[in-house]
Amino acid sequence: MSTSTEKEMWVTKLRKGWQKNLPVDKLLPDTQPAYVASWIYLFGVATLASLGLIIATGLWLSFEGASWYHGSNVGHFVNSLHFWSVQFFFIFMVVHLWGKFWMAAWRGRRMLTWITGALAFVGSIATAFTGYLVQSNFDSQWISYEAKDGFNSVGIGSRFTVTNFGQMLLLHVAFLPVIIGVITLIHVLLVRAKGVVPPIDAFNKELGERK
Amino acid sequence: MSDRRTELESAPWGGRTRRYDLIKEGVVAVVIVAIVVAALSTLFGSPDDKQVTFKEWATAAPADFYATSVQELAGSSGTGGYGAPYNKASDGVNLGPLYLAKLLGVTHPVDTVNDFVITPLTTVSNAAPVADALKQWQASDVKTQSTWATNYDNALTKVSQDQAKVPAGNYGPVPELAAGLLTMAQAGSLDGALLSQGNYFQTDNTKQTLFLGDGSYFNDKSTASNLQGSTWGMMNETGRYPGQAWLWLYSFWYQIPPFNNGDSHPFGANADAWIMVIMGALSLGLIIMPLIPIVNRLPYKIKIHRLVWKNYYQEENL
Repeated sequence: MSTSTEKEMWVTKLRKGWQKNLPVDKLLPDTQPAYVASWIYLFGVATLASLGLIIATGLWLSFEGASWYHGSNVGHFVNSLHFWSVQFFFIFMVVHLWGKFWMAAWRGRRMLTWITGALAFVGSIATAFTGYLVQSNFDSQWISYEAKDGFNSVGIGSRFTVTNFGQMLLLHVAFLPVIIGVITLIHVLLVRAKGVVPPIDAFNKELGERK
Repeated sequence: MSDRRTELESAPWGGRTRRYDLIKEGVVAVVIVAIVVAALSTLFGSPDDKQVTFKEWATAAPADFYATSVQELAGSSGTGGYGAPYNKASDGVNLGPLYLAKLLGVTHPVDTVNDFVITPLTTVSNAAPVADALKQWQASDVKTQSTWATNYDNALTKVSQDQAKVPAGNYGPVPELAAGLLTMAQAGSLDGALLSQGNYFQTDNTKQTLFLGDGSYFNDKSTASNLQGSTWGMMNETGRYPGQAWLWLYSFWYQIPPFNNGDSHPFGANADAWIMVIMGALSLGLIIMPLIPIVNRLPYKIKIHRLVWKNYYQEENL
């Protein structure tokens, strides 16, 4: 039997913290502040939509095998879906990132939201890079040959071997997607917990400041 | 930034709100992006230029392949003189006093003589001249092997890789070994031998890729496809497809002085290392952008945010 003097369990702390910071009505709201009314807000969800397509088509390619798409029309089409999803993913993410920069979206204790977003961007570049290395065509041969010099020059090549197809494939389909998935999940949960950053001048009147 | 302002900006929004269906927005986004992606995939497909094989190289450019094989035996190829992580032939590039690759050592040993030429030749049954050449090579000491290979490499270079014009000399079995490897490559059996190195399971293509890159054929092909680093190659794709455009800033540094001049010391000659450091610093800068003075005030000075919240500012008379 627990008593009030007993030390609170970790699971209890986690539940209370979750309930306090991210109750269900914050996680799945049906209203947004009136200022959330610009096309720029669409690029965050568009990035997530592209990521979903990348994961779905990537899983399909994984189940069929790394060389499947070279000799199958269906495989080539799925590879094309994966390819164009990646292109749009980056376009949407870069616009989203610039939009958030000009909104100074880190205001109001949202620093971690910015950091996780930027980490997702940098991590996505690494993930896409390994994807280009495992195309198993001329482009991936050349990219691995060229890129080795950059990584070797600072010692990273001693462990991260871009010419090692097996290592790159595992990183691309397992390790890096998990990292990106976790960072993205944290990013989205932070957005929901902290709310969408208010306009820069929203509180000028309360603070007695000129616009 | 005042504490009061931070309090207000972090507090739950108490102003006007509007209906907003998060789930519907997400579903519509997925459907629209999927339609656009499917349309582009149907119309344009995706790049897939066939991989270069040793058979292709040895058949299309036999003189280049032959000369490269000789260089591998002499240790004068790009890989032979690379340094860490493949061998100890050179110190590699440096960041001032720091030779990071050398510091971390040879973690991926590549012996161009044995891995690229001798071991693959031993995996097939060779005609008499090649078989005899192999026996002669394996029975001699390293110093003699090196002398033969270097003599022949120099002689071949002097006559612009034209074997017929090489004068007689102390070359040992090197010409026969290179000819044997050329025959093996043209028959299509070198690709597998280089990868497997006598094993069954193998997924590391490092040795194949390094050997391929030591010749001119592979490089010429990439030049024709605008894939060289000096022509923004890192962000290009084969054919008329978008590549890794998000690497534009990384590629950019290779286009400007001093990084575009390999003879310029200390930066041009060590461009790979310095550009990695620059990009590492810039990536860190992006992550901690809100903490960087001046940069974190730009959104307040350049009021692009007024476009984003145009309607709200008008409605609230801000």
